[in-house]
Amino acid sequence: MNGRAARTPFHFLGCWELCEMLGRRVYDERELLEHLEEVPLDSIYFHTHSVFLRARVLPGGYPNDFATWAAIQVRDRVLGEKLGIIDPQEMPDLEALRTELVSLIDDHLAHLGSVPRVIFGEPFYFMQSRILEIPTGRKVRTLAELREALAEVDIASVYVHVVEARGRKGRRRNDFAAWIDEQLGLPDLAAAVARLNPSTSGLEDVRRRLLRLCDDTLEDR
Amino acid sequence: MTEAQPTLDDYRDVAPPGTIDSLRRLSERVRGRRLVNVSASREVGGVAEILRGLVPLLEEVGVESAWETLDQDGPTPGTAIAAPLHRALQGSEERLPVEVLDELRDFTRERATTMDVDGDVVMTHDALPTGLVEARPQEGVWVWRCHLDVSRPQRRAWTFLRQYVVKYDAAVFSLPAFAQRLPIPQFLIHPAIDPLSDKNRELAPADVDAILARLGVPRDKPILLQVGRFDRFKDPLGVIEAYRLVKRQCDCRLVLVGGAESDDPEGAELTADVLDAASRDRDLHVLDLPPTARLEVNALQRAATIVFQKSTREGFGLGVAEAMWKSKPVIGGFAGGITTQIVYGVTGFTVNSVEGAAFRARQLLADPALCARVGAAGREHVREHFLITRHVGDMLALMATLLG
Repeated sequence: MNGRAARTPFHFLGCWELCEMLGRRVYDERELLEHLEEVPLDSIYFHTHSVFLRARVLPGGYPNDFATWAAIQVRDRVLGEKLGIIDPQEMPDLEALRTELVSLIDDHLAHLGSVPRVIFGEPFYFMQSRILEIPTGRKVRTLAELREALAEVDIASVYVHVVEARGRKGRRRNDFAAWIDEQLGLPDLAAAVARLNPSTSGLEDVRRRLLRLCDDTLEDR
Repeated sequence: MTEAQPTLDDYRDVAPPGTIDSLRRLSERVRGRRLVNVSASREVGGVAEILRGLVPLLEEVGVESAWETLDQDGPTPGTAIAAPLHRALQGSEERLPVEVLDELRDFTRERATTMDVDGDVVMTHDALPTGLVEARPQEGVWVWRCHLDVSRPQRRAWTFLRQYVVKYDAAVFSLPAFAQRLPIPQFLIHPAIDPLSDKNRELAPADVDAILARLGVPRDKPILLQVGRFDRFKDPLGVIEAYRLVKRQCDCRLVLVGGAESDDPEGAELTADVLDAASRDRDLHVLDLPPTARLEVNALQRAATIVFQKSTREGFGLGVAEAMWKSKPVIGGFAGGITTQIVYGVTGFTVNSVEGAAFRARQLLADPALCARVGAAGREHVREHFLITRHVGDMLALMATLLG
């Protein structure tokens, strides 16, 4: 079974991110809330998803730019913690994620006597992503080949197939999980791969866990 | 001696894995397209240094790359005219005479009649060539690339420049803080260092020793280093104060590499103060090196135990990336691009005061393992974000995006 070859190979894609600035900067949490209601969804995406593509090391360990800014620049660790626990993968789409962010900040501010703002830190700059997909030319047909390729490809490939697949393309599960299930007929492995999430420890950790899951399956069979 | 121009494959060993292949694939989207860069000078300044590295690499991946300069027929008054405008754009309080703006307008109008700027993408760099857009042909996408810190420009200077900038199709800045209210898309591209250039390439320890001996800097104790012009924004006097606080507990040397701009009276005064301090301390070395002393700066950065970039105002501050690439812990001011390069406590430390700089320097000198850890993380951070290969990719992505 571990040598089963897929009829449709898995084509690895890479990507390059170009950052666009929206010219919006905010100095306090009320302004953050107001701009969050208005900015394009690509901006929400930039600050909550492609952050993993840019940062191997997450400042303060927070998994999105909003949480990092609140905790480190505004020094409002409570809001930073509340924003940090939001998991984009649990949201059906980016609009729902926007709603969650807005309502969370609104609720937070409702319980404060004054609006926290940056004093010594930097303002928040709204940006948006332009992701250009790049074919890598690499394709695989078996689990062993997938494992080998995963160990070697640029981390941007992991990003495209795990984060971009769900965050922007709106797929129900990441590309690796879908292919392992549909083409290799390994539903248990596919389910485990579908649960992989960069929010806690970044993309390299997702790669490590993916490799371990592949190794375990290859050894068992 | 002229540096040999590296090819893209030469960067395979230093760029993140897979980067060179990604660049080649990305370039397929814009292969055969013509990019024209227009800058003030081919020889002088940071823009020239960036383009010297970028243009041949873009050409290598199939982008027809031209580089026009406003001084290609020999020295022009343009750079001198633009200097006060650049300073005003970067927030200097120096008065900007209206005659300067008139001269600039006339200068670019005259140049526009003689320059060949036909390309699929035309990118003008900084203030001097900005006005060329008035004579733009119908075809081609025009991009204004601003390398200056325009976060707090003098209003008159920015108003003058803005009348041209709005005629472009897009603008590119080095930091989000530099973005402006403009009706055109604004992209972020950080500058980058060339790891194979004389300023950054590997040096044998013996070469480092020889260069330091030639510069008269003994290696008998830890070296603290700052490289940067002597102006108040680079705060060399603050670095000296920090060094004195450090020296109370840890014996060390301070090396300040820099000098004043010839047309900056404030810088001359500051230089005199720095030299005065150095004259009373044998462990404080002031080196006024020419811009061509790239190997010397490389060797000093490699010999240093800690590198300062204690600016209070900074454009991007690529000296930070240069030092981090050499695995050195960097203590930087909380300013400009320094905060982008230094992830606090991971790849270095940003500080807000003389005391902060001294405290972190003492901490690092007392803990070689911390120095090594921060230095190693810094090098990897630069590998990911601040090498010329990333800059090439951003340029290709920008072209692909703008050309559709």
